[in-house]
Amino acid sequence: MSPSRNNPGQTERARKLFELTYEETNQCIQCGYCLPACPTYQSMGRESASPRGRIALVKMAAEGKLDITRDLAEPIDLCLGCRACETACPVGVPYGHILEETKQVLHESVARDPLNPQQPQHKGRERLKKAVLRHLFPYPKRLRIVGRMVYLYQKSGADRLATGVLPKISEPAARFAAALPRLESPSRRYNPGDVLPPVGPKKARVAFFNGCLMDAVMYRINRLTIELLRAVGCEVVIPETQTCCGALHAHQGMKEAAEQLARANIGAFERSESDFYINNAGGCGAMLIEYDQLLGKDPAWRERARDFVSKSRDISQVLDQFGPLPFKKEWNGTITYQDSCHLRHVQKVTEEPRRLLQSVPGATFVEMADSDRCCGSGGIYNLLHYDESMKILDDKMEKAADTCAETIVTTNPGCLLQMKLGVARKGMSQTRVLHLVEVLAEACGLT
Amino acid sequence: MKPNVIGEILSIIPQERVLTDLADRYTFSYDASFGEYLPDVVVQPHTTEEISRLVKLANREIIPVYPRGSATSLSGGPLPVKGGMVLDMSRMNQKLEIDTENMLAIVSPGVLTADIHRQAEEAGLFYPPDPSSSHVSTIGGNLLENSSGPKGLKYGTTKEYVIGLEVVTPMGDVIRTGGKTVKNVTGYDLTRLIVGSEGTLGIVTEAILRLIPKPPSRKTLLAAFDRFEDSGYAITRILSSGILPAAMELMDQACIRAVENYQPSGLPVEAEALIIIEVDGHPAAVEEEIRRCEEICRGQGANTVTVARDEKERETIWKARKMVSPAITQMGPTKISEDATVPRSQIPAMMKRLRQIADKYRLNLVVFGHAGDGNLHPNIITDKRNEEEMKRVEDAVTEIFEAAVELGGTLSGEHGIGVLKAPYMEMELGPIGLDMMKKIKEAWDPNQILNPGKIFPEPGQTRVVLRQNES
Repeated sequence: MSPSRNNPGQTERARKLFELTYEETNQCIQCGYCLPACPTYQSMGRESASPRGRIALVKMAAEGKLDITRDLAEPIDLCLGCRACETACPVGVPYGHILEETKQVLHESVARDPLNPQQPQHKGRERLKKAVLRHLFPYPKRLRIVGRMVYLYQKSGADRLATGVLPKISEPAARFAAALPRLESPSRRYNPGDVLPPVGPKKARVAFFNGCLMDAVMYRINRLTIELLRAVGCEVVIPETQTCCGALHAHQGMKEAAEQLARANIGAFERSESDFYINNAGGCGAMLIEYDQLLGKDPAWRERARDFVSKSRDISQVLDQFGPLPFKKEWNGTITYQDSCHLRHVQKVTEEPRRLLQSVPGATFVEMADSDRCCGSGGIYNLLHYDESMKILDDKMEKAADTCAETIVTTNPGCLLQMKLGVARKGMSQTRVLHLVEVLAEACGLT
Repeated sequence: MKPNVIGEILSIIPQERVLTDLADRYTFSYDASFGEYLPDVVVQPHTTEEISRLVKLANREIIPVYPRGSATSLSGGPLPVKGGMVLDMSRMNQKLEIDTENMLAIVSPGVLTADIHRQAEEAGLFYPPDPSSSHVSTIGGNLLENSSGPKGLKYGTTKEYVIGLEVVTPMGDVIRTGGKTVKNVTGYDLTRLIVGSEGTLGIVTEAILRLIPKPPSRKTLLAAFDRFEDSGYAITRILSSGILPAAMELMDQACIRAVENYQPSGLPVEAEALIIIEVDGHPAAVEEEIRRCEEICRGQGANTVTVARDEKERETIWKARKMVSPAITQMGPTKISEDATVPRSQIPAMMKRLRQIADKYRLNLVVFGHAGDGNLHPNIITDKRNEEEMKRVEDAVTEIFEAAVELGGTLSGEHGIGVLKAPYMEMELGPIGLDMMKKIKEAWDPNQILNPGKIFPEPGQTRVVLRQNES
């Protein structure tokens, strides 16, 4: 049977998958170079949990040999989306793109297919997930309310009382709630529309991307990011009407929602008239620098998206470029660094965070074995696939413990929470898990 | 396959290592070559005992058994062409011991070859065979295909490093061949028979590998030649001057242009050939040898010669070679990678024949390879969905094999025969030569259980078929 656009054996969904992915899946030469780079292949030990396997399955489903829901959904769902395979691939197969297009088709299948054989509780979880993505993440104000609630909840001590209740609702959610850092008072936040002057002569005008999760529950890191930017001579604008980057939506197959958010952000940042657009979350940054791909087929937005991408930077790149930082304190102890997959494999930023950490006075930097390998966080993968994720995390913590570092540093909120959970699971009570920005700020005497 | 057979398999192997889902089975239907063959079941054994019992069951029920490592084969080695059972050997990776006193590595078949390199080097030792897929491929796959990589000229091929094996025979018995001694002439050399047998005579369950001291130093140079012949003379002169480089890699003009087109790095696109030479050994000898190589290249008309001063510059040189794969895939989605090998003196003649073949069939053909040992890798870049062009590719591949054999060479230097080259076996070996091999296979595997459909052509099969609708 020769696959084609008009194969009568193909269902409508298979034809859609064919249109969206077939050129790209055919780029795979099946050399297998991605296998050792893939965390789920390593932990699950079967080809269907590898990039080569997943690409082959997408191709076969598009050819009508496999059923999209019955055969394809699970292997695709179990992918972390870390995209380490793209770095390993010798021929540049756009795996991330194949994954998102496939999720798009799967998402539509779940939404439309009345004969969907998924379990009812699975369907419920799916509906809740989509509702949160649709009605919460695109609205910074609603998220800030969530943040304020978490703050009050922690402050009241109710979280300690609730440790008995939350696990009954969701065991994984309870574990992550416990790993959440203590929030500072929301009154110290900077607000959208603020323009903050540099310390000393102005080197550049930069616009800061808040992010949704960062803005809701890790706003202290955002505040410190802004203060570090000012410390190296940046005037910092916080564009109004900025919104969620859309990464979670794109990863869950909600491409249209992601496109809408991208357009809103491009507009918001253009109005800031800045030289660079700075973010401090590897996962968000990876989404932001792919807006040109997301909107590549839209002639009205293509150029604007390209311009947006050319100005987007991770915080480590800008601090490295405009530094040195005004360090004021000696650091005591050893630091190790866990790459954020999306910072490393999508944004290709690997050296800057390490250089910055090595520049901290008094600190000893130790490279962790397999620091380029995913921690198992994967956006909300750890909530959706808790057991699989913990297997990967426990392996990661072995490597972290081998470094004997007192501080583990990462650059993405998801990784940060996951590593905090990992430290708790391994009983490494003396080990701190910090965002890169927190370490640099502490060494600069910013609190 | 009868349904009760799965039940019997489950009495040997726990359920989580027996894969029967359609999606799982489809992911074991391919390798890095051509074609798609759906197995009935995939089993992931952990022990020799499990494999022995599975093979005995397969003999009783007459089920084909296909051992598979990481499926990086370019010849179809692990493809389950007759369905049946795939043995995923990649999970059998528990043992990797370095015996420094006897300079040996004792390994399970699923261990990655690069992990052997790493552990040997940590002990100051060296395992020279290094196929370009060594960070992915399993040692079991490397041994059974006898694939060696660029260092064959100086250090010999994989078979020179295997001195002992534990093997499950095609009847399901367990035997040991060779041992831990470098010298061993007790009876037939079954170790060498198994190495390179492509999984048709036995399943390797443990291997004893010879290690050598790690060379303390190495130096690398890159030389560009305006005329292809000159690069050939340079190679011959270097070897006849008493230098044995660890690697001598060759890239033709199509290759250079593809790389430069893909990622401009200042490679001379007018050059007809690039060679990369690496020497290793004692630091003093290495300095002297690389200087001599440089002189000889210049004397033979090299346009430019660059000697790497440090590890970073060495990596830059090797990057030109590593960029070949991504660069040529920009020219089309399908790559037919051959490994016809000729005596070193025939490299210029072979290159000429390859160009003629490319022109005759109007195909994108680039050549790179291991010039020191005559192992060339002509790659045809095409699109397997283009039926008309694939027909021309088939004709061109046939002519490439004919040219290699005519020049006193061989069909395959390291990729193996598998499915793709089986039709040409008689051309190289003659009917009697092929028949003697077949007799060995029949004596060892009377029920045709192990990797059937490989090495030996099917009746009436005389040429390779790459078109999807014809297979």
